[in-house]
Amino acid sequence: MDAAKLMSIMISMVFINNFILSKFLGLCPFIGVSRESKPAISMGLAVTFVMTIASIITWLIYRYLLVPFDITYMRTISFILVIASFVQFVEMAIRKTSPGLYKAFGIYLPLITVNCAVLGVAVLNSEAFFLNGYAVKGSFLMSVAQGFFAGIGYLLAMLLMSGIRERLELINVPKSLEGVPLAFIVAALMSLAFMGFSGFSR
Amino acid sequence: MKRLLKEFTKGITIENPTFGLVLGLCPALAVSTSVYNALGMGAAATFVLVGSNIIISAVRKVIPDQIRIPCYIVIIATFVTIVELLMKAYMPSLDRALGIFVPLIVVNCIVLGRAEAFASKNNVLHSFCDGLGMGVGFTLALCLIASIREVLGSGKFLGMSIMKGFEPAIMMVLAPGALLTMGLLIGLVNYWQIKRKSGKEIRRAGCHGCG
Repeated sequence: MDAAKLMSIMISMVFINNFILSKFLGLCPFIGVSRESKPAISMGLAVTFVMTIASIITWLIYRYLLVPFDITYMRTISFILVIASFVQFVEMAIRKTSPGLYKAFGIYLPLITVNCAVLGVAVLNSEAFFLNGYAVKGSFLMSVAQGFFAGIGYLLAMLLMSGIRERLELINVPKSLEGVPLAFIVAALMSLAFMGFSGFSR
Repeated sequence: MKRLLKEFTKGITIENPTFGLVLGLCPALAVSTSVYNALGMGAAATFVLVGSNIIISAVRKVIPDQIRIPCYIVIIATFVTIVELLMKAYMPSLDRALGIFVPLIVVNCIVLGRAEAFASKNNVLHSFCDGLGMGVGFTLALCLIASIREVLGSGKFLGMSIMKGFEPAIMMVLAPGALLTMGLLIGLVNYWQIKRKSGKEIRRAGCHGCG
């Protein structure tokens, strides 16, 4: 895989096809946890970590289990089970080994299990990098890169949103728009700004 | 009979999954670009909700408490796979339009939420009504968002051109339009709730004044 391909995946995943702002994946934690910067960063890092590892695991399962036995219709069931048990395992491991890390983002891990961004990136990988049931050249690295950069895009959107919302706390808004509705309207404006990137790639 | 009707209607009105409980937002925003897509997504989600609610309430006494969530996920994923295969076979154009949001019904919080909050505690008939009500409520909410976006964004309703001499704002069918519509609709729901509550408070204050 060449650097140009990697670069194009990076720009596409972080700016053009940003998971939150243009694909609507993982909106619930985006609205729920973005009230302050610190938890927003922790959540973004946790999502990036889980997405990268989930891309690796699901690629291995898809390539070496589902494709050879011709049972790709089992994709949804196998992916969600593997992701759920993996997240559970990571949470237990972090709780035992490092309490500091657990405090920083361990509490967000159970939330991530049912986050559609993680399953979404796994399904997207299996659709984008497998043609007619065969893995395209370099598909493993591209899957991992797609998972990682989608997570970075998620982190970026969380960070921007939490910065804006921290300031919004201080101003007067109509009572019926306080909280969630205003967060949606801010996200709409951010998404409009991110549409400016859409001419970047072919 | 009255109870069944209550379980059915609460999903459409006070406990509406999208506007009342604010659950399952990702598919609600992503597929509401046209009313046709919204109906397809709503029907698929309703099928999964009803099917998983029935099976989960039927086996709720057999499942050990500690591993109930993985069990629910397997049951839900089975129904999602059924929908995926049916849609690929009979409605390929809808399948392409909905894309990855069909497999993502698995992680829709509404389905797992109803399994945990309702189907695991109630009998099969009540769970069936609850699933159906929630599904219809979700479909109606999707159609509401989709009709606003389709009319303003492409000047059409269900594919028919209805706005003559109106330049459609393409932004409404793209990502920002979805977020904007959703924010304003939740704001409207909040406005009604605050108005109703403050009306009650004023009455209560009046009573206090009398006392």
